[in-house]
Amino acid sequence: MTRIAQTPLYPYARSPDQDATQPPRHPVVIIGAGPVGLAAAIDLGQQGVPVVLLDDNDRPSDGSRAICFSKRTLEIADRLGLGDRLVDMGVRWNIGKVFVGDRQIYTFDLLPEAGHSRPAFINLQQYHLEHALVDRLRALQDAGAQVDLRGGNRLTRIDGHPDHTALSIDTPDGPYRIEADWLIACDGAGSACRDMLGLGFTGQTFEDNFLIADVTMRTEIPTERWFWFDPPFNPGQSALLHKQPDGIWRIDLHLGRDIDREAEMRPENVMPRITAMLGPDVAFSLEWVSIYRFQCRRMSRFRHGRVIFAGDAAHQVSPFGARGANSGLQDADNLCWKLRMVLAGDAPETLLDSYDTERVQAADENILHSTRATEFITPKSAISRTFRDAVLDLGARHAFARQMVNSGRLSQPCIHDGSPLHTPDALTGPARSHPGAVCPDAPLGDGYLLDHLGHGFTLLALGSDAPRLEGVDLLEMSDALTPELRARFLGDAAHALYLIRPDQHVAARWPRADAATVRQAISRATGHTS
Amino acid sequence: MTDLTLAPNLDAPDDTYADLLAAHDGLTEAQSAALNARLILILANHIGDRRVILQAIKAAKSVA
Ligand SMILES: Cc1cc2nc3c(=O)[nH]c(=O)nc-3n(C[C@H](O)[C@H](O)[C@H](O)COP(=O)(O)OP(=O)(O)OC[C@H]3O[C@@H](n4cnc5c(N)ncnc54)[C@H](O)[C@@H]3O)c2cc1C
Repeated sequence: MTRIAQTPLYPYARSPDQDATQPPRHPVVIIGAGPVGLAAAIDLGQQGVPVVLLDDNDRPSDGSRAICFSKRTLEIADRLGLGDRLVDMGVRWNIGKVFVGDRQIYTFDLLPEAGHSRPAFINLQQYHLEHALVDRLRALQDAGAQVDLRGGNRLTRIDGHPDHTALSIDTPDGPYRIEADWLIACDGAGSACRDMLGLGFTGQTFEDNFLIADVTMRTEIPTERWFWFDPPFNPGQSALLHKQPDGIWRIDLHLGRDIDREAEMRPENVMPRITAMLGPDVAFSLEWVSIYRFQCRRMSRFRHGRVIFAGDAAHQVSPFGARGANSGLQDADNLCWKLRMVLAGDAPETLLDSYDTERVQAADENILHSTRATEFITPKSAISRTFRDAVLDLGARHAFARQMVNSGRLSQPCIHDGSPLHTPDALTGPARSHPGAVCPDAPLGDGYLLDHLGHGFTLLALGSDAPRLEGVDLLEMSDALTPELRARFLGDAAHALYLIRPDQHVAARWPRADAATVRQAISRATGHTS
Repeated sequence: MTDLTLAPNLDAPDDTYADLLAAHDGLTEAQSAALNARLILILANHIGDRRVILQAIKAAKSVA
């Protein structure tokens, strides 16, 4: 029933590789042109690493998938060169309301702190994001980057070797073979790569079904996230209403456990449910509908020799908290600079093990939050429901219980505490910018701080002198430190020197440091020393 | 930070016990379970300290 215009964005075209007598070798092959594979291809491509990106399809993913994209995703998109486009297309929102029955018990305000380039969240259909990523990739190709996106190319077999991976690919013209020094598996939750390598994907499956519908309607409802427990129009269950661009609204209706999936998908059953929710006077049309059951699971490790997993292929979460695509994009952000350095011989292969350490840590955090939210929304036992209902009942009267109301804790970037890449904190500075955290944004001149960070390491000097090191960008701010810069980077300290990784996480910070000290921190952050 | 007190601490033990029972008078099993859950949440908030609450959970479990 999709009415979303779907045109092939990367139709199958024959590649010279298909006529080669020996399987051609590529430095990096990425499987899957979802948000994560596309982001990785752009990231590597714009840093000069030739990439082959394969997808069995030829167009963005259909229908109702991700809609909420976080500030961190937008910052990553800025580095990839498409942040403005996403923000221009997306719907900004800050307010979330929680209703029990027809009574509003709780409101949250994501209240973006002033002085950041990007809002806390935007809503944007996943297909718009993927379309924007493909356009950006095309622009890179036009500018000469070697990024080869091959639609209609299905990976059918992987043979692992110590120094490369051999791939068998099926196309409309028949099969062919290529080899990859490094393979990035971004082929989604049903990852063929994972299955072909016989790797596990364990965790929890939730029994409850959710009807996810995108509807077009004209309404006075404000741009807010509305979540209901036990609404009058869906008794005993939950519901979510959220605005997307193009006059489209996302509706999630919790259906419970034992349902007839086929029957529930039929328009004659879907329409009355939505009418009950929106009221009889609201005219709407259905763009897309699907029924999901959710899972929280991950691979035990994300790096397997020359094969590296990212995005849903590596980990899967329930959508409460919008942690799927957002965390997958952070995987790509974390991986690409490391892989670029390893390929260039600037870092040992073991640097890639830190991708595993850091992103497994992030996946665990995301799984924890989304599992808790799912348990709160769909209690799996009688006692779990009793406590959940107790929280909701108390929440109507007491602020303390409202803190426990969990309709999804929205995606935040992981702070990589304990990462082997970081140098122990040497500054008595603000907690939010300690080593492991993402460098906070702040106004700088006419723009923002993060816009001044490149693809390499940056030394950010605030009122402190800084050593000049080859290959390290230097961002020096001697005077005129804005209040935001002071609050976010200095706190009580008079001056500071920050070492920022290519993925904008803080690697080290000091009141001041000499060249040898900074070099040592870089050596650590690039896996040369521990 | 203080640890969980398991030493006698109630000013009126028999009365408090009776109060707890009286609160459940006339309730169905489900209503009682709901009341207990609300009570636990309220008391947990009053204690505030996750460590102490974990000690209490441990003490409650260790008789079983
Ligand atoms: C209802 C719902 C709501 C969601 N809401 C949010 C949200 O608000 N925010 C958020 O961040 N996330 C959300 N998500 C999660 C988000 O959709 C996923 O995390 C995201 O799509 C993962 O991206 P990916 O690139 O890892 O994988 P995918 O998008 O699944 O892409 C995998 C790609 O690999 C290709 N492929 C598969 N097998 C092969 C093969 N053998 N050969 C070649 N190519 C292959 C596929 O064609 C596909 O293009 C939601 C998900 C659902 C279901």
